Amino acid sequence: MAEEKNRHIAFICSKGNLDMAYPALIMGWAALGDGIDVTIFFTFWGLDMITKDRVDRLELAPLANTSLKMRLMGLPTGNWGIPNFMGGLPGMTAFTSKFMKKKIESLDVPPVGEYIEMLSDAGAKLYGCKMTVDMFNLKDEDFVDSVDSVVTASDFMDMTEGAQIVFI
Amino acid sequence: MTTLENVELNEEGFIVNAADWTEELAGALAEKEGIALTDAHWTIINFCREKAVDSGAAPTLRQISKGAGVTTKDLFKLFPKGPAKKVAKISGLGKPEGCV
Repeated sequence: MAEEKNRHIAFICSKGNLDMAYPALIMGWAALGDGIDVTIFFTFWGLDMITKDRVDRLELAPLANTSLKMRLMGLPTGNWGIPNFMGGLPGMTAFTSKFMKKKIESLDVPPVGEYIEMLSDAGAKLYGCKMTVDMFNLKDEDFVDSVDSVVTASDFMDMTEGAQIVFI
Repeated sequence: MTTLENVELNEEGFIVNAADWTEELAGALAEKEGIALTDAHWTIINFCREKAVDSGAAPTLRQISKGAGVTTKDLFKLFPKGPAKKVAKISGLGKPEGCV
């Protein structure tokens, strides 16, 4: 009897903002916990998620983020956001990033670096995108140890035949 | 005694009545998942059962690795191919609630 092919889900991570790093990590972890194979391809700004000196410094900018309301900070301000003129002040991105990291930590959700390591330990395959790695002049030693290798888009297509693909 | 033949399981394979769980049944449930229980497995099962008494829900994988002092790698080796549900099933608990 031919062995049934295991379900396989692949994520393409193209964003380097703190909030956009988590979806693939959380869904990937859930998939691994359910015995589903996981492959993650990091491209463009998503490379920040696997770059040693960036991975734990991802940020969330208040500017042009219409969902970042002050009520998230526990203030009774309804639908008021952080005014854009304030969002442009020095230190505001650091402030919102720190705030969001605290929120994430309060749910016992690990920081991005630790999460990447957990996924790799649980069997996820992690790849950097060759074209953007070359474009940003990154070298193998710039990446966290959990990264399997740097591959081309075509390699990624070969590796994910039959997989469900999620672009983030 | 409850055995795999006379215990009621739901469609996903979790036991319906928590009181039916015995150590022997855990062994049988594990066997069904292709796992032969060792002391390392029992450390995790015991941790999950204790944790469930405190919180009323099966712990998540991160809670297990942090709380039972087992690495992610070992957890996935001991309960291969989907440890989240396998651990909960064998420990006689419901589906873990929580994403991490």
